[in-house]
Amino acid sequence: MNLTLRIWRQQNAKAAGGFNSYQVGGVTPDMSFLEMLDSLNEDLIGRQEPPVAFEHDCREGICGSCGFLINGVAHGGKRGTTVCQLAMRFFKDGETITLEPWRARAFPVIRDLVVNRSAFDRIIQAGGFISAPTGSAPEANSTPVPKEDADMAFDAAACIGCGACVAACPNASAMLFTSAKITHLNSLPQGRPQRDQRTLSMVVAMRNELFGSCTNHGECEAVCPKQIPLEFIGKMNRDLIRAVWHRHREPLVIPSVAQAPHWEDSHEEFHDAKRALPQDGARKNADELARETTQPHAEVELPEHAGLRQ
Amino acid sequence: MLEARIPSGPIEQKWDKCRFEMKLVNPANRRKHSVIVVGAGLAGAAAAATLGQQGYRVHCFSYHDTPRRAHSIAAQGGINAAKNYRNDGDSVLRLFKDTVKGGDFRAREANVYRLAEISVNIIDQCVAQGVPFAREYGGLLDNRSFGGVQVERTFYARGQTGQQLLLGAYQALEEQIAAGTVTMHSRSESLDVVMVSGVARGIVTRDLVTGEVDSHAADVVVLATGGYSNAFYLSTNAKASNCTAIWRAHRRGALFGNPCYTQIHPTCIPLSSDHQSKLTLMSESLRNDGRVWVPRKQGDTRAPKDIPERERDYYLENRYPSFGNLVPRDVASRNAKEVCDEGRGVGPHGQGVYLDFADAIQRLGLETVREKYGNLFDIYERITGEDAYNAPMRIYPAPHYTMGGLWVDYHLMSTIPGLFVAGEANFSDHGANRLGASALMQGLADGYFIIPCTVPDYIASAMPDSVDTFHPAFLEAKAEVKDRIDKLLSIKGRRSPDSFHKELGKIVWDDCGMARSEEGLRKAVALLPDLREEFWHNICVTGTGEELNQTLEKANRVSDFLEIAELMCVDALHRKESCGGHFRVESQTADGEAKRDDENFAYTAAWEWQGSGKTSQLHKEPLTFEHVPLSQRSYK
Repeated sequence: MNLTLRIWRQQNAKAAGGFNSYQVGGVTPDMSFLEMLDSLNEDLIGRQEPPVAFEHDCREGICGSCGFLINGVAHGGKRGTTVCQLAMRFFKDGETITLEPWRARAFPVIRDLVVNRSAFDRIIQAGGFISAPTGSAPEANSTPVPKEDADMAFDAAACIGCGACVAACPNASAMLFTSAKITHLNSLPQGRPQRDQRTLSMVVAMRNELFGSCTNHGECEAVCPKQIPLEFIGKMNRDLIRAVWHRHREPLVIPSVAQAPHWEDSHEEFHDAKRALPQDGARKNADELARETTQPHAEVELPEHAGLRQ
Repeated sequence: MLEARIPSGPIEQKWDKCRFEMKLVNPANRRKHSVIVVGAGLAGAAAAATLGQQGYRVHCFSYHDTPRRAHSIAAQGGINAAKNYRNDGDSVLRLFKDTVKGGDFRAREANVYRLAEISVNIIDQCVAQGVPFAREYGGLLDNRSFGGVQVERTFYARGQTGQQLLLGAYQALEEQIAAGTVTMHSRSESLDVVMVSGVARGIVTRDLVTGEVDSHAADVVVLATGGYSNAFYLSTNAKASNCTAIWRAHRRGALFGNPCYTQIHPTCIPLSSDHQSKLTLMSESLRNDGRVWVPRKQGDTRAPKDIPERERDYYLENRYPSFGNLVPRDVASRNAKEVCDEGRGVGPHGQGVYLDFADAIQRLGLETVREKYGNLFDIYERITGEDAYNAPMRIYPAPHYTMGGLWVDYHLMSTIPGLFVAGEANFSDHGANRLGASALMQGLADGYFIIPCTVPDYIASAMPDSVDTFHPAFLEAKAEVKDRIDKLLSIKGRRSPDSFHKELGKIVWDDCGMARSEEGLRKAVALLPDLREEFWHNICVTGTGEELNQTLEKANRVSDFLEIAELMCVDALHRKESCGGHFRVESQTADGEAKRDDENFAYTAAWEWQGSGKTSQLHKEPLTFEHVPLSQRSYK
């Protein structure tokens, strides 16, 4: 079949981007979507034109490298499927397909369909781990884990960190990602000692990375290639309340989520604002969050511009 | 030249003895020493995190955007450990013996014993980190069996054990990054090792976003950069997996061990057409319950359900009654190739065999089968559009893992002092064939437990003096890397990196794949220099070196595959015996099994680079078998 591709081309983070149209012929139904792009790129190289940059690696839906919007839908809209697993048999001859990078302020475009997702790493650095220095582990079966808990942890741990949840969310929220990691570790007895600190730190880190907040659209769950359920966000919020409660033991009025501050739209101001954020470690930030969230009259307002798409 | 530094004494005490004899670095002095770890997969992330915990200044490099994407993540089936939770007769000794035998007696006994010993600590470590292994209702860990063994010792996390173990190591690494002990360099590809006075002291990298070529100095360099299966072009490896880091180290003097030992995995989804970019593995665990068969008749195009039982050939069960469908990978792959070569293969190109779950579904019920293998059936359905609950899967072997790699001694140090090699990148432990669920075990054993002992010993013994990146050796290495990049950009030929890669892959697959003959290998060895020659005159790399340029990255990697492929063929040509995954058609038993020649080939082949276009020099490390007596493998 023959297709028209409208692809977002952007030379680098600073350059202006725009859509270019390309014709691709000889597409067969058994091709994967990325193999179709491979064939376009081979054509482009043959014409000495720069090929379309896109990320991909395992092509089995597990490494989380690939991902862009296909006709506005992250990973193309087949349930539980990454772009690399998407077959061309789902497309029709003559169709026009629009490809765009993940759109989120926290994921700046690097080139074409490639974005910078390092914000996710920094959320993990804030507390997405269980401290167990090598050599210190007890015998594996000395801590039985109820199967339900193990299964819950696994369901959450299935997240591949692709960023589709952020791209799909109208607020560019990273709450599905963060809550999956928190649920994975907090569900296990091994993760209990750091449970409160982990939750607070990761929620603060998430906010500092300028992701927006959850307003229950559920778009993230719909596009998640690993079908991480929305309910984990609820669990995260419960763990957040619990963490704040444990740390302060005083009456609480807590917004349902930690809110991102208001940001102006321009790029420079974004960075200035980010630099102005407290840099001296998650602990202090967590304390601040706790203070904010425990103030009896803390304002619970949805910032209009929080996490808006670029 | 090849001093393996195997400790003396009984095999059970070698590792303890080695650890006791190692020199230590005082905790207060550790921060004065720096370690470069290249690669952030299981071995690299585990080593970097552990060395960071110990207090060294670690710099970890990965060409991915985040360490969590390393190809270890794609391992599906599981990880072996001699826990004997099943009480079915397992022990460290049995895991050791199974692995030596599974590797067809071409691995170093002392290394394999250590691996089996450490396996139990790995499970403890991973569970403590929160790896969500499968569990029984009582809350204890579940096990399943894997090919080549008769006990249940494989720990697993549904079909994504690799991702869960990697996340464990990645999280430990991120914790150290936050703590400031590890500096992570993402999207940074290592393109050379820098040698100062014959010792590895750093690396040259290219920032994949800005294109900047930079160098980094340290006391020790650890390469954990995975295998070279992508020399075949079509393999189950991730698209970016490459041999550049180990190959450039080889060119700097590190000997390369057993390059021809490659593993062709029996259960992959068959090739569909020419545009295919990679092959997809279906976990070997499927062979626990799936039955492998082909029609008895040649060219039988009936649908599988229309072929009656008596006209089906369950060839593995028939030929190998005691192991049945769970024979080791090399045996299963070779048999699949044989039945397809006989014209009994199934599917569009006749390159496939059935893996049938009908009996398992009847015996266990649909729900149990779904619980155990659901995600694998989903993968299959997504790629082929076929429902494997109703019709058997079609599978065919595909390149998957390379047992060969840089030669290392018992300390995992290469022949270059100060250059350590961990995980799939080294040649150790698996011999001529790797058993299922042993790759994760080896990567983590190297990363968590061996490198963090042997690297400090090296630092304490060698006491490297300080060196910085203004040293002439660094400037020179940097200039060489830049020259190579400029050359690739300047050729402006007519062929893309992929077109060369595909042509290379076909040569390697045809002549250095599942069955190798003197004739075919000679042909390949003759073809490869010409292809290389053409590459360096006709490669087309668009764009510049100062930007994110994926074509340049590919071209650079393909240029190294073009060289390593030749060494694979040269090694395969010289090893006239069959062993494990290396099957020489000239050397087989009367019933078509691999025939080893222990008299002439019971050694590790370690090749020394002599320069472009020159024949590599062979060194031999003799292998002795004191604990697992040499015997012809039999799974009948």
